[in-house]
Amino acid sequence: MKKIPWFLTLLLAFSLVLSACGTPAATPEAPATEAPGTEPPAGEAFRVAVVMPSAINDLAFSQSMYDALLRVQGEMGAENFEFVYSENMFVVDDAAAAIRDYASQGFDLVIAHGSQYGSSLQEIAPDFPETSFAWGTTVDTFGLPNIFAYEARSEEGGFVNGVIAATLSQSNVAGVVGPIETGDAKLYIDGFKAGFLSVKPDAQVNINYIGSFSDVALASEAATTHISAGADVLTGTAQMVVGAIGKAEESNVWWFGTQSNQTSLAPSIVVASQVYHWEGILNEMISLVKSGTLGGQSFQATLANGGEVVEFNPESTALAEVESLAQETIQGVINGTIKIDLP
Amino acid sequence: MKKLFQSEWVSQVIDALLPAFATLAALLVGAVMLLFLRANPIEAYTALWDGAFGSPNAFAETLVKATPLLLVALGICISFRGDVINIGGEGQMIIGAILATWVGLTLTDLPGWLVITLAMLAGFLGGAVWGGIPGFLKAYFSVNEILSTVMMNAIAVQLMNFLLRGPMIDPSQAELASKIPQTARLLDIFRLPRLAPTRLHLGALIAVLLAILVYILLWRTTLGYRIRAVGQNPQASRYAGIKVPRYVVLALLLSGAFAGLAGAVQVYGVNYRMITDGSASGFTGGAGFNGIVAALFGQLHPIWTIPASVLFGALLVGANSMQRAVQVPSALVTALNGLVVVFVVSSEIIRRRRQRRRLATIGQDEELPPDKEKLHQAETAT
Amino acid sequence: MISDILSVTVLIGILASGIRLATPYLYAAIGETFGQKSGVLNLGVEGQMLLGAFAAFYVTFTTGNLGLGVLAAMLVGAAMGLAMAYVTVNLNAEQGISGIGFFLFGLGMSDLLFQKMLGTVETVKGFPAIYIPGLSDIPGLGEIFFRQNLLVYGAYLLVPIAWFVLNRTTLGLKIRSVGENPDAADSLGVSVARIRYFTLIVGGTLSGIAGASLSIALLNVFQQNMTSGLGFIAVALVYFGAWRPIGVLGGALLFSMVNSLQLWIQVLGINIPSDIAVMMPYVLTILVLVATVSRVRPPAALTRPFERES
Repeated sequence: MKKIPWFLTLLLAFSLVLSACGTPAATPEAPATEAPGTEPPAGEAFRVAVVMPSAINDLAFSQSMYDALLRVQGEMGAENFEFVYSENMFVVDDAAAAIRDYASQGFDLVIAHGSQYGSSLQEIAPDFPETSFAWGTTVDTFGLPNIFAYEARSEEGGFVNGVIAATLSQSNVAGVVGPIETGDAKLYIDGFKAGFLSVKPDAQVNINYIGSFSDVALASEAATTHISAGADVLTGTAQMVVGAIGKAEESNVWWFGTQSNQTSLAPSIVVASQVYHWEGILNEMISLVKSGTLGGQSFQATLANGGEVVEFNPESTALAEVESLAQETIQGVINGTIKIDLP
Repeated sequence: MKKLFQSEWVSQVIDALLPAFATLAALLVGAVMLLFLRANPIEAYTALWDGAFGSPNAFAETLVKATPLLLVALGICISFRGDVINIGGEGQMIIGAILATWVGLTLTDLPGWLVITLAMLAGFLGGAVWGGIPGFLKAYFSVNEILSTVMMNAIAVQLMNFLLRGPMIDPSQAELASKIPQTARLLDIFRLPRLAPTRLHLGALIAVLLAILVYILLWRTTLGYRIRAVGQNPQASRYAGIKVPRYVVLALLLSGAFAGLAGAVQVYGVNYRMITDGSASGFTGGAGFNGIVAALFGQLHPIWTIPASVLFGALLVGANSMQRAVQVPSALVTALNGLVVVFVVSSEIIRRRRQRRRLATIGQDEELPPDKEKLHQAETAT
Repeated sequence: MISDILSVTVLIGILASGIRLATPYLYAAIGETFGQKSGVLNLGVEGQMLLGAFAAFYVTFTTGNLGLGVLAAMLVGAAMGLAMAYVTVNLNAEQGISGIGFFLFGLGMSDLLFQKMLGTVETVKGFPAIYIPGLSDIPGLGEIFFRQNLLVYGAYLLVPIAWFVLNRTTLGLKIRSVGENPDAADSLGVSVARIRYFTLIVGGTLSGIAGASLSIALLNVFQQNMTSGLGFIAVALVYFGAWRPIGVLGGALLFSMVNSLQLWIQVLGINIPSDIAVMMPYVLTILVLVATVSRVRPPAALTRPFERES
């Protein structure tokens, strides 16, 4: 007598129960719910699926895309634009499965919103030549006709934030909290540093990469460290900085946000946030897809094309002092009179 | 006599069904949660089933997911049998993958089969080193392995981040401003061959063969016997002349080696490069951790671990497709996995009780599963 | 001159932030110590912390009452501890794996509740720093020790209390005997089950407070997975401390101070890659343990379920 492999029985029981349950599902109320798996009548709503590495409410990278999709939906109307999402797809392999699944469900546009998904997309896209894919943030379409690439020139908003920060700083020390020294975060931080030093070449920009996108406690302690080291303006990027913003508020030092508008977290100290408005790029992609072009182009969100917007906190007491300079800087970046030197 | 046989058969079926009931009970609780989220549980669970087993492609995805789970679980079988707790699978996978990737990116002139073989060996070796260090520290410096493996996971992640954004970065990314932290892509000829027109790759087969090998290792070789002996009763083993520290090191080292191999298989069978999002699970998918669960679901037996890994892989794959189908937050999926783990591990008690009752009525000739508690009592008694 | 001032600033900064950072580790690791002393390994600490953090945050956010927030965290943590106790004591389930189950449950559940009940990252007014009269004015020391918030002080107060309970009370004796030799304890009339229930509920409660110390005292926000592995480090610190509250304190301080040291190293612009700096606390914790070889053996019945011989 040996144990019966219970998993087999388990599978069997499981399948029995599910097949038993499965039948009634098809009958009465199933059509009422809008299951994304079901194909809508052709020529109706434009259907988008997006795969994101963090949560839709992270006040950072993923939320910027979620908010943009909501805005597009608001413009086009819910009957003309539907979207579904998979959030927290930090496991690259799971994201790949999701992308493949969405593509096979016949979505018009499948967005892989994370630079780490590129490799998977390169594999998947050729299998679905009728489906359009978008990959961000990058410039690389792998030369495939059904991949769009998009990226944010986050150094631009970073530069503007840096200029404002330098103007407001009295100690001439800025503190930056970053996740890992790479990608969008690094671009923004390099831009911020360049902006800060363009106003005050002898000033100090202290940068802390805490090695994690989720360690809120360490991000907060990094902010405290910056403040102890004399920083009176702080910025940071990625979703774990919410901890740092709290510390900035406690010590009453200015905060500059990026990716999403972070004013709501600490209205008294947030001066400006660089916000990604992907909807312009999304609209372009949508009209291209509708006209039969499924990819092959790359887009950039910049201050010039409105893909990036520096959103000011209207309540900030610092605003009066810096707003005109900020607008000047934005204009300078837009018309090219300001060149941003990255390391 | 016949009657007895029959009743035993019946109770065995009941026993075997218990975990199924446990899983169903967990899913029932999940159904209540789904209702709260205004999702249709039937629709959701149908999607879960279809996502895991609904088509050959779905089943292939399940097996792809199960492969690293199984490899890690095999290592866990070895270490837990040796009474060392290895929760460093995540780090060991990462180090194994790094070494294997390095082999593939360096030895580009060699034939594919040779590079794949060398890479798998490199993965094995990398994991062995990363598991061997905590083993060594435990055996000779009394550093508890739970502590050291937790710490070594974090170290491995940072090492990976460092290598992938610096020394090992994809040369094409190094020139771009975005600098995605990933290595270059492996040559096509270095990929593990696929077994069917799906993503199922040779790694799955390797894992199953290794499960048999680990079974043989543990129950048919002196090495395995000693690892188990040390695990069950270190004192007695010492008196019997077994060098206990050596087998503690070996148990952790082998355990790490299998996790390292899992990392190498992920790179050569699935991703074809290494990418980091800064966390361990971004690369491992949590397999270094979930492998422990799979091993214990398989009762630390290498062969039972195979279906246990498939089951757990199915749950992970299916839950993701459920999330997509009914658009519930992915957090629910995580919570549900937790519930299944708790319910299944709790249901073990009923099986054990029934087994004991049966033994009491039938007789005492049955072979008991290794009962740590008993041995432990014997040990403290001496 | 300037570098001198800076180095004093740095030293004070490191110590003060080390004291703060150690707080959640202390609560969670001392809670875990109780469990392990009675023979139960709880790997679900991280899940308990996350649920505690959310409960504290949500209650404080809606009522504005910090006391209620801590109470909610304690209750939620205790409930998780109770569930863990039922599963490991009554059902004799494998401890490590049930802990992993509870961890996953807490990780997912706290995130789910966060998304459904709050929807976005919010902030609360957390525990303010309390300047202890007189002491807080001592140069250096004042800033390091005496300008922290209530939950930070509470964590350090917990160390002697836990030591006293474990080593100087009958209850502590019972806990230890259940962890060392449950059969003997049982034969002397100590209820193994009741003791393990007690320690696990205490552990859960403390883990809940650990979560609260993050969400309403140190960070004043809640975000999904905000503990980010902290609960596992806490479990590791129990081993570092060799099941003694004072040892746990040492481990928590060492780990936290090295962590804040690495932040300072980056801030001061010392040229080490950031990832390598981040590694430091992990590497050092292991190295210190190697250097101070301790032969303290774990509670003999750790991870062994107890069943009375019938």
